[in-house]
Amino acid sequence: MTEGRPPLVFLERRSYRQRRVRDAARLLPVLGLFAWGVPLLWPRGEAAPGTASALVYVFAVWLGLVVAGALLSFLLSRGDVDDAREGGGDAP
Amino acid sequence: MTTLNALVAVCLSYVFFLFVVAFVAERRAAAGRIRWLRSPIVYTLSLSIYCTAWTFYGAVGSAVRNGLEYVAIYVGPSLVMLGWFWVVRKLVRIGRSQRVTSIADLVSARYGKSNTLAVFVTILAVAGVTPYIALQLQSVTLSFEVFGADLAGGRFDRPHTATALWVAVGLALFTVIFGTRNLDANERHHGVVMAIAVEAVVKLVALLSVGVFVVWGLSGGVTETLARIDASELGTWNVAGGRWAGITFLSAAAFLCLPRIFQVLVVEAADESHLRTASWAFPAYLMLMSLFVVPIAVVGLDLLPAGSNPDLFVLTVPLSQGQEGLAVLSFLGGFSSATSMVIVAAIALSTMVSNHIVMPIWLRLTGGGASVSGDVRHIVLTARRLSIAGVVMLGYLYYAFSGGGAALATIGLVAFAGMAQVLPAMLGGIFWRGATRTGALAGLSVGFALWLYTLFLPSLGPGVLPVAMLDEGPLGLAFLRPQALFGIDGLDPLLHAIFWSMSLNAGAFFVGSVLSFPTPLERLQGAQFVNVFQHSPGPRSWAGRVAQTEDLMVMAQRILGATEAMALFRREARAQGARGDLPEPTPQFLERLERELAGSVGAATAHAMIGQIVGGMSVSVEDLMAVADESAQLMEYSARLEAQSTELSRTARQLRDANLKLTRLSVQKDAFLSQISHELRTPMTSIRAFSEILRDSGRLDAGERMRFASIIHDEAVRLTRLLDDLLDLSVLENGKVSLDIRAARLSEVIDRAVAAADAGAEDGALTIRRDRSDEDVTIVTDLDRLAQVFINLVSNARKYCEASAPALTIRVLTESDRVLVDFIDNGEGIGPEARDTIFEKFSRVAEQKAGGAGLGLAICRQIMARLGGDISYLPGQGGAAFRVEIAEASAMAAQ
Amino acid sequence: MTREILLIEDERNIIEAISFILSRDGWTVRTHSNGTDAAEKVRSLRPDVVILDVMLPGRSGYDILRELRGEPAFADLPILMLTARGQARDREMAESAGVSAYMTKPFSNSEMLDAVRALAPVP
Repeated sequence: MTEGRPPLVFLERRSYRQRRVRDAARLLPVLGLFAWGVPLLWPRGEAAPGTASALVYVFAVWLGLVVAGALLSFLLSRGDVDDAREGGGDAP
Repeated sequence: MTTLNALVAVCLSYVFFLFVVAFVAERRAAAGRIRWLRSPIVYTLSLSIYCTAWTFYGAVGSAVRNGLEYVAIYVGPSLVMLGWFWVVRKLVRIGRSQRVTSIADLVSARYGKSNTLAVFVTILAVAGVTPYIALQLQSVTLSFEVFGADLAGGRFDRPHTATALWVAVGLALFTVIFGTRNLDANERHHGVVMAIAVEAVVKLVALLSVGVFVVWGLSGGVTETLARIDASELGTWNVAGGRWAGITFLSAAAFLCLPRIFQVLVVEAADESHLRTASWAFPAYLMLMSLFVVPIAVVGLDLLPAGSNPDLFVLTVPLSQGQEGLAVLSFLGGFSSATSMVIVAAIALSTMVSNHIVMPIWLRLTGGGASVSGDVRHIVLTARRLSIAGVVMLGYLYYAFSGGGAALATIGLVAFAGMAQVLPAMLGGIFWRGATRTGALAGLSVGFALWLYTLFLPSLGPGVLPVAMLDEGPLGLAFLRPQALFGIDGLDPLLHAIFWSMSLNAGAFFVGSVLSFPTPLERLQGAQFVNVFQHSPGPRSWAGRVAQTEDLMVMAQRILGATEAMALFRREARAQGARGDLPEPTPQFLERLERELAGSVGAATAHAMIGQIVGGMSVSVEDLMAVADESAQLMEYSARLEAQSTELSRTARQLRDANLKLTRLSVQKDAFLSQISHELRTPMTSIRAFSEILRDSGRLDAGERMRFASIIHDEAVRLTRLLDDLLDLSVLENGKVSLDIRAARLSEVIDRAVAAADAGAEDGALTIRRDRSDEDVTIVTDLDRLAQVFINLVSNARKYCEASAPALTIRVLTESDRVLVDFIDNGEGIGPEARDTIFEKFSRVAEQKAGGAGLGLAICRQIMARLGGDISYLPGQGGAAFRVEIAEASAMAAQ
Repeated sequence: MTREILLIEDERNIIEAISFILSRDGWTVRTHSNGTDAAEKVRSLRPDVVILDVMLPGRSGYDILRELRGEPAFADLPILMLTARGQARDREMAESAGVSAYMTKPFSNSEMLDAVRALAPVP
């Protein structure tokens, strides 16, 4: 916290949006982890899915994550990152 | 053999091309034009050294053997980058604010600058990376060999090791040339990064080309390729869940811990905002790199004779189809992957080896009586060069002696698992303030030992660990079998090793941290790391600054004791004639301080400490405090008492300082307000007096009325100008001015200024002498602001030059890094006593001719400071002379 | 007899304004525009009233005032001080230096005339 600046309780709309975008950026890898974790559930042996469909699934997830990441990166670049106000967000 | 020679020629030209790229990049960086060198794209591409020859060639081999398992190796890093907001952002911020030079440095810095930890991590890195370098050399040799054998009709009579040796020598040379050009505080290497980025493009294009050829050229399209995949022996999903998850985790961990990745990800990071782009662009790169792996594998299995090495399909598939051009491109892709990995790994490792092993030993060896020359930079550079050569040669020797067998092929994941042992100490260090040095050491040793025992040694083959030990455990203790610890049998050896080493590593780290107590320095560093976003106000570089006197004071107190240190500093301050208790860090003072400190900690330590500060070496205050800490313990001070008195005297000092500062500020404010009041009231007095005369006196003649009205007008103009100047100055001083940077000829700016100054003058008696050929320089700056400075100087000459035939000479000197514009008149000049104050607010040289408020030169000084230049008085020119210095980045010689 | 007033001030336009006002009121106005030899000028001219600016080139009005008050011949000389700084502290300094009257710029012309007349009543 910057000295002399009281902690803010309510943020203006723009900073509020910005924070939610950051939350989304934090969530993205978790989403990726789940999506890429799906193959763990696939059966092996006789009932196993074909490699081609597995390939398509894995790469579709990849593409989706890249596009989402690019979108978030664009949204983040619009708001200037003000870490000093971030407070406890990064120090759990 | 001519075609083989052609291949060698292609190879050499490619290497030459890389040299040129690196050289040009270095040149541009030296010229200050680094914007495009430091774009987010270059940063993203440089991260691609994650993809080594092992992944370039080996991914296809892995796909043939294990299906889609290879994807996990790319999925881990993709997740790490997509989740940059969690870990990578913090690492980069810490890296910048702490000037971290390597991962060993990061860990050691976090745990109280512990060199033991640094040495530990360095050894771990050397152990993990040397085989990996050997692997790269092997892949280059192998590809050369296959290629050569094919071209030469099956004959290949060159010994492998000779090729590998030449490659190693070339790489070492390249790395030494571009990796140790400077000893930058932030350890940045523009040339290397640029070359790596180019190589990244080459390997991506190569792999994509082969892939496109395979899918559209050989299989007939996407649908056909997918059908072909399902029909092949790789047709069904057969990846074990454990390995999928385990390898994803391992590659993610390795991505954060591998020295070469850390080098480009954190150390070379020019701008934190580049992470935003890399967060999605790098996963996209990895996606493209792995996109065509399965198709190439399937087609390779179809087309090539059974028993062909799948690790070389990327090369042999185009060759078998007579596509020699494509094969050469593919070869260059593999070559790029291998060389970029070796170069960056060598830089990263050599930094660690020289900083944490060679330099401490050297300091200790010369510590006895040999006088330190002070040129520590030279020694560091030499150490780093030798380390680079050493690391690359170690890789070569490993390759030569291991015989380049199949044992090397598995080394990729083994090396990953080795470096991943740093993860608990690293993540714990940046997220948990309770992590301590003891914990980190415990975790690292347990992890390292288990990695050696369960993975590394068994991977070397039966020659190293006896078969009996693998099967029955050491001394017949079955529960200690390397690949089935505690009786848990049947696990995949890699998973087994990851599971035990990482969990016990993290456990030991936690227990060690909880049970031990950190030193003060550790706690300080811990707080700075964990709360880095509160401590560093924004992305910025930690410039290698001379230590502040107060920091020296804190350090001296720890070594000499509070009272003595205070007395010493006060004495020095008196001798310098400074007010207060803190002297300026002049060379004389530092020398004396060094002698004082030498009495307590020994000459070498004191000299190294002070010498490094004077030389501007990258020693942080924490370094010095660490040394001070240790010697304080050696001298067996009563630690608690001393800490208390240090704390007390420091607090007292800070209070005194704050009070002094407040008083000074308030005095300055009073003087300023009183000056403004004077400057405003003076013209108002005339205005009021004459307007009352005009109002109250009926009998004024027309001439008088005219005259009084014009005085009122002039004084009103003067008031306006004063207010304008004040506002301008206030904006400039608060730094709120927005600059409008454009390029123009210097001569044009001077033309404008002279014309503007002429327009405002009553009499045109001032002659201006210029040499237009000298003014033919292009400058990039805020032209209006610069013209404002020039106008001020020309008008001053017009107003104050007392000569009978006033003349002003404008002289331009172009130097390599700046342009100087001198304004010299032929008047009396300014006396030495006034020179100090002419740039102050409300300072006037000639009181009689008070045309302005005395703010002109103050504004000029503020403007030049904002533009990154300077304005100063130039004595000894015969008349009043001012020198305007336009800084390096804004000036470019006419081309 | 004509009464003589010495105006010590460095701003050209203010000199002109004060001279105009006072000469119309029947005073002979002499002017001097720097601080360095102002006291010398007072000694040689021996005016009936002195108007003294504070911020003068060369020497401050306070110094000049103190020097004059130190000499018996000028202990009772009416001296009107002008200042453009107008802080309470300036007035205190002027009073402790022995000023007869004190005015802050800008002033109204009638104020100025009244002050001067009060300092040197028509005999």
